[in-house]
Amino acid sequence: MEIPYVVTARPETGIFNAKAGIWLFLASEVMLFGALFTTYILLRIGAPTWPHGELDVALATVNTAVLITSSITMVMAWASCLTKDFKKFRLYLGLTILLGATFMVIKYFEYSHHFHIGDIPSKNTFYAIYFTLTGLHGLHVLGGMIVNSYFWGPGSKMWKSEPVRFTNRIEVAGLYWHFVDLVWIFLFPTLYLL
Amino acid sequence: MDFTDIHEIKKHVRVYVTVFVALLALTMITVAIAQLHLSVPAAVAVAIFIATIKGSLVAGYFMHLVSEKKVIYAALILTVVFFAALMWLPIFSQSDTIVYKNVP
Amino acid sequence: MKTNQPNHAVETVAAPHVGVVHVHEELPFWRRYIFSTDHKVIGLQYGFTALLFLLFGYIMMMMMRWQLAYPDTEFPKYYFVLPIAAIGAIIILMSGIKPSINTLIGILLLGLAALINYIASGEERMPDGIMLPEFYNQLGAMHGTIMVFLGIVPLAVGAFGNYVLPLQIGAPDMAFPKINMASYWAYFVGGVIMLVSFFVPGGAANSGWTSYPPLADIATTGQTLWLFGMVFLITSSLLGSINFIVTVLQLRAKGLTFFRLPFFVWAQFVTAFLLLLAFPPLEAAAVLQLMDRLAGTSFYLPSGLIVSGQVLPNTGGGSPLLWQHLFWFLAHPEVYVLILPGMGIVAEVIANNARKPLWGYKSMVYSLIFLGFMSFIVWAHHMFLTGMGTAISAFFQTTTMIISIPSVIILSCLFISLYGGSIRFNSPMLFALGFLPMFGIGGLTGLPLGLATSDIHLHDTYYVIGHFHYVVAPGTIFALFAGIYYWFPKVTGRTLNETLGKIHFWGSFVCMNFIFFPMLIQGLAGVSRRLSDGGQQYSHAQGVFQLNEVMSVAAWVMAIFQIFFIINLFISIKKGKKASENHWEATTLEWAAAPTPPIAHGNFGIVPEVHRGPYEYSLPGNAKDYSPQNELVKE
Repeated sequence: MEIPYVVTARPETGIFNAKAGIWLFLASEVMLFGALFTTYILLRIGAPTWPHGELDVALATVNTAVLITSSITMVMAWASCLTKDFKKFRLYLGLTILLGATFMVIKYFEYSHHFHIGDIPSKNTFYAIYFTLTGLHGLHVLGGMIVNSYFWGPGSKMWKSEPVRFTNRIEVAGLYWHFVDLVWIFLFPTLYLL
Repeated sequence: MDFTDIHEIKKHVRVYVTVFVALLALTMITVAIAQLHLSVPAAVAVAIFIATIKGSLVAGYFMHLVSEKKVIYAALILTVVFFAALMWLPIFSQSDTIVYKNVP
Repeated sequence: MKTNQPNHAVETVAAPHVGVVHVHEELPFWRRYIFSTDHKVIGLQYGFTALLFLLFGYIMMMMMRWQLAYPDTEFPKYYFVLPIAAIGAIIILMSGIKPSINTLIGILLLGLAALINYIASGEERMPDGIMLPEFYNQLGAMHGTIMVFLGIVPLAVGAFGNYVLPLQIGAPDMAFPKINMASYWAYFVGGVIMLVSFFVPGGAANSGWTSYPPLADIATTGQTLWLFGMVFLITSSLLGSINFIVTVLQLRAKGLTFFRLPFFVWAQFVTAFLLLLAFPPLEAAAVLQLMDRLAGTSFYLPSGLIVSGQVLPNTGGGSPLLWQHLFWFLAHPEVYVLILPGMGIVAEVIANNARKPLWGYKSMVYSLIFLGFMSFIVWAHHMFLTGMGTAISAFFQTTTMIISIPSVIILSCLFISLYGGSIRFNSPMLFALGFLPMFGIGGLTGLPLGLATSDIHLHDTYYVIGHFHYVVAPGTIFALFAGIYYWFPKVTGRTLNETLGKIHFWGSFVCMNFIFFPMLIQGLAGVSRRLSDGGQQYSHAQGVFQLNEVMSVAAWVMAIFQIFFIINLFISIKKGKKASENHWEATTLEWAAAPTPPIAHGNFGIVPEVHRGPYEYSLPGNAKDYSPQNELVKE
């Protein structure tokens, strides 16, 4: 017996299984990052002084642009699946992965600079929360890149056999990727600008 | 939203590009405002306001929440409520603590 | 999931109500039993692992109870090690030459005996068999952790939820079978990490199951492993809860509307939301504590902290209360994660054995939802003594009083459901009936703890221990036993022995009260929890100190009654009375529409269609006293 509603939507809910699953997962992610933002607020309220302007705003702005761009390429990859243009899909998904990698490389330079001049997590609570938040976010980017690479490479075989199901998978991967972008949109001002 | 009609999808792609441009513009704006060195409460309010707009754009259009099903809205509303509880109740309890005034 | 079953087989062999289909699975052994994606196998994996952890947690408790009853005397470890080893050996011998699941369990029991033998010796734990306070702390912390996160939740949610829920809603499997498998293995890895922590220098975590910093921040290596273990357990719960919610939303059989769902499914559904949204903050908190311990940050360390006369090198600036907020944001909903599935099981068993519909089914469901919602905003009643102001204390006190209302509604509905029923007093029903007053005591003793004023006296005393053990031990664990006795015929096609079951119940019921009621008395006298000598050094504890011996003896006697259960389990698997298709003459789909025992993949011969509510027992004008959910309603 096959599991129903893997490909098509259940009429009452209007969604297929994986879409319900990913949104619930993202809901839990909201609570995860929510707890860390709460931590940030409590630490900042409790701190006599809070460092300002010690992070590289220029690099972070570039990184914000990189992630936003990767979000639009992701959504374009999905749209290409809908228009049944597999070549374009691969191009856009490949770009998304590369942009993710770019983000990580820039992040690496930022991190190594901080470590070089002694801004390590144990320096003060600001660097502690900075490294925890961006580190966890970085892991999420990495996770998304792995998933996307799978769909770009071996996972794309499904396009031939079950194109609708494959499109669903790209949609779900996209939802996750946009969420990672969304988290960064809040991280950027909180850590770099305020 | 009908995802089988090619024209419909093309229309959506135009929306995506518009949102993308808006996001880049808002990023520039928020960085520019940060250079003005407003007072901390004002800076926080402005930055969070802009981030919320950007976040809503991503969630609304890239994650197509503007036209999503009721089940997902229900789950997300629940999450938002608990998120608010998680954020505000510890802050309230941190600001409302017993202070011993007469300790020598 | 694809099965190799041809479609026509379903039509030809299917009986009217119960489709009997012989599926010839071609999967190799390791795919069938080890890395299985079938919800029933995963449910059993969860069940056996969790029962073993429950046993381990129980033995740790018995060791602690020795120390409390007879402080600083030699611990007779062979009285504890040898019976377990003997049971393990007997199970291995009984299972014969051909290796089977019983052989594996026998070996695991021998391993458990060896583990107990190891931890109950050694200079750094029990020199000359006398327990060091440091080791008592390890046992205390790990007893709590293992019972809650590795025993009861995996049994209540992982085992019963996985096995029963898809069958009750007429689904072929969980929505994401592979994620289901991943969830079990994450749990398994988490459990192994917890066990390994006993072997590192300094031993296992010893800062209590709550792991409050700053103590936990500066504790020995075991704490780091505890945190890593928790990260795996949280991941497991997260994957599981997503699966449960999607399965209930998407895979219900035709006609099974939300208000036709069995109460057990509702309980699992609400529980899954609690797990989904309450666990991530603890994951965040665990990450922060790991940072404190490994990267030298000060999330939970205030400035100028002095440990053993030395100022800590950390910069400080953090807040120990932050951990408490994040921890209890999880751990209070976790209390409901412990109890709700139990309530679900009890509701099933009571409706079935009272041969009556549940009284006030809808109000029970609404109460359940309200309970789940409120459980997120009561957490700081664990923190009344942290210097919170009166306004915020009043808020949490009010929400805590409000949350008791839906619990009382559910309990009252269950009691009223008994009224006028033709009750069958079989073993599952006895456990379910035992649950009701025990959970009642547990719940009512919670009220004084939820009021900020009376909590000042009772906080961190044995009263708290008595209160939550009444909820979890004779509460949830009785419900879980009821579930095991109730669904055992479904799983194995055989029944558990009634006589042994009744001995098990009455013995446990009496002992439970002798263990936990004296705790309430000690707590009212002001005896603190977590004292490794049971309060022997305090004058205010002298009047109630003797109760320690009563409780300890009751705990050991109760262990003997659990042996009846273990023997019953293993004998009945092979030699129990054959169960009929619908053994308890139940109405819900797992009995009414699925074959007993269920088929390997796919669950149902014919996809059932639901026409009725979940508990249509003793309908007037019907020849039989039950009307299965998939039975057509006559016009």
